[in-house]
Amino acid sequence: MSEFQEKAPIIAKETLTRDVFRLTVHAPRIAASAGAGQFAMIRVQETLDPLLRRPFSIHKISADGSVSFLFKVVGKGTRVLSSLNPGMNINLIGPMGRGFTLTSSGSFSMIGGGMGIAPLYFLAQQHLGVDRAHDNPPVLLGAQTQAELLQLAEEFNELGYPVHTATDDGTLGHHGFVTELLDDIITRVSQIYVCGPMPMMRIVANKCLKAGVACQVSLETHMACGLGACLGCTFPATAGGYKHVCKDGPVFSAEEVLWTL
Amino acid sequence: MDSVKRDQHTDLKVSIGSLALNNPVLTASGTFGYAREFASLVNLSRLGAIIVKGISLEPRHGNPPPRITETACGMLNAIGLENTGVERFIQEKLPYLQNLQTPIIVNILGDSVEDYSRLAGRLGDSRGIAALEVNISCPNVKKGGVAFGTDPMMAAEVTRAVRQATSLPVIVKLSPNVTDVTVIARAVEDAGADAVSLINTLLGMAIDVRSRKPRLANVVGGLSGPAIKPVALRMVWQVAQAVSIPVIGIGGITTTEDALEFLIAGATAIQVGTANFYQPTATEEIIDGLAQFVRENDMQGIKDVINTLQLD
Repeated sequence: MSEFQEKAPIIAKETLTRDVFRLTVHAPRIAASAGAGQFAMIRVQETLDPLLRRPFSIHKISADGSVSFLFKVVGKGTRVLSSLNPGMNINLIGPMGRGFTLTSSGSFSMIGGGMGIAPLYFLAQQHLGVDRAHDNPPVLLGAQTQAELLQLAEEFNELGYPVHTATDDGTLGHHGFVTELLDDIITRVSQIYVCGPMPMMRIVANKCLKAGVACQVSLETHMACGLGACLGCTFPATAGGYKHVCKDGPVFSAEEVLWTL
Repeated sequence: MDSVKRDQHTDLKVSIGSLALNNPVLTASGTFGYAREFASLVNLSRLGAIIVKGISLEPRHGNPPPRITETACGMLNAIGLENTGVERFIQEKLPYLQNLQTPIIVNILGDSVEDYSRLAGRLGDSRGIAALEVNISCPNVKKGGVAFGTDPMMAAEVTRAVRQATSLPVIVKLSPNVTDVTVIARAVEDAGADAVSLINTLLGMAIDVRSRKPRLANVVGGLSGPAIKPVALRMVWQVAQAVSIPVIGIGGITTTEDALEFLIAGATAIQVGTANFYQPTATEEIIDGLAQFVRENDMQGIKDVINTLQLD
């Protein structure tokens, strides 16, 4: 596994909602070697506060060497990131971590909650390259409100994936949690990929376990380096001890995770 | 490789006791893994030395998460000294390190004086280790959990035990969480240390006001990064006045200017720590910057910078 550090010019900035943004940068070496589920460590600005890089899932890759990141403003780092504009550079290191293992047989579905949708779009892109003979059930996407979902759902559609949506406020699709849509499709799949808040992933993992469906989860934690050096990004593993999100993951088989949240 | 040739033209050589280094830029323990983690981002052969993640006799799982949190210009960590243990280190990590041209310094830690002694003996017998750095910030389990590094007698006892167990150069890494760091520095010098390195992290804390919970599961943790640099520089200067063995400066060093401050204050070498996380190329940038500083000031070498603080 090899990482690259790139000073990448921002080539596009999209404002999806008041606090959800998508930045697209030109980072050809990362674009050429990244796999779905991998991430990049972004230094939002070259100052000492905020100090640390932030991990972001790779959301989308284009053939022209561009890489997109989808994020919501939740703190100091994402606030700075949201203030950047095309023409400016960001310093990023990637691709990092172990991504999704793509299933080449049997049907699958993806379940994304909030910003957890980000890596699933890249996964959807990459899955087009493997066996598509199966009649896959819909992708399940959930968010707080329709504004966060409309454009993303349409983009999955454009790739050829049907989408079922759920919103907390009922403004789009199912009024409730996206996990509630899983019961309709779980008997039709052999593989589920999920990324979202921990409580949501725990529910999905448990349902998959009961149904005997393989489940890959993409975890998110604070991390300082992304390289396996700081050892800050641990979570308790079922096998005992801890695993590191940056190197052992961020994608894990659901059984590896000792679900505590 | 052009940069390597340029290094050779500018004299950046320093010595830590019997250990000769091509340049004074080292990586701090716990911030550089076992070096291989950085191989695709950093030219490891250019580093003055690599200090690997602290090693104990037995493997340690470390503390529960969350283990790290960012603070203003710094970070707090309570990793809990997670490491593979000395035997797996020798089997799995050392072979890669032995193939590097860079001196490898192994940081050791223990719960008792005997632990340190056994570690030093075991590592001293292994090929490819240039020196030991002794982390004395750990609690002494047999003495009620008081950190070795906060008591001059215990610090000296650990130093003496390591000194007797190995012929490798012994660097003792000092804790800043003491009233007078020079007392500890002199105690470990008298006990046979070849050098001291400082500072380890400053004990700190952060709270999430919404949940009113500490941001670290361990409640308290070690503060590192640029936030601690002035404190580190002050302590390095004080210790450099107090001892006659080499001092290695650590604490928030990110830039060439940071490194020069420590050298001027009396450090013979410096370690880059937290910067490896946010700016993995910091070490190489500092090596280039020091070489440029030596050339621009028509100096013989970097030694001409060391301990040159001008006091009127």
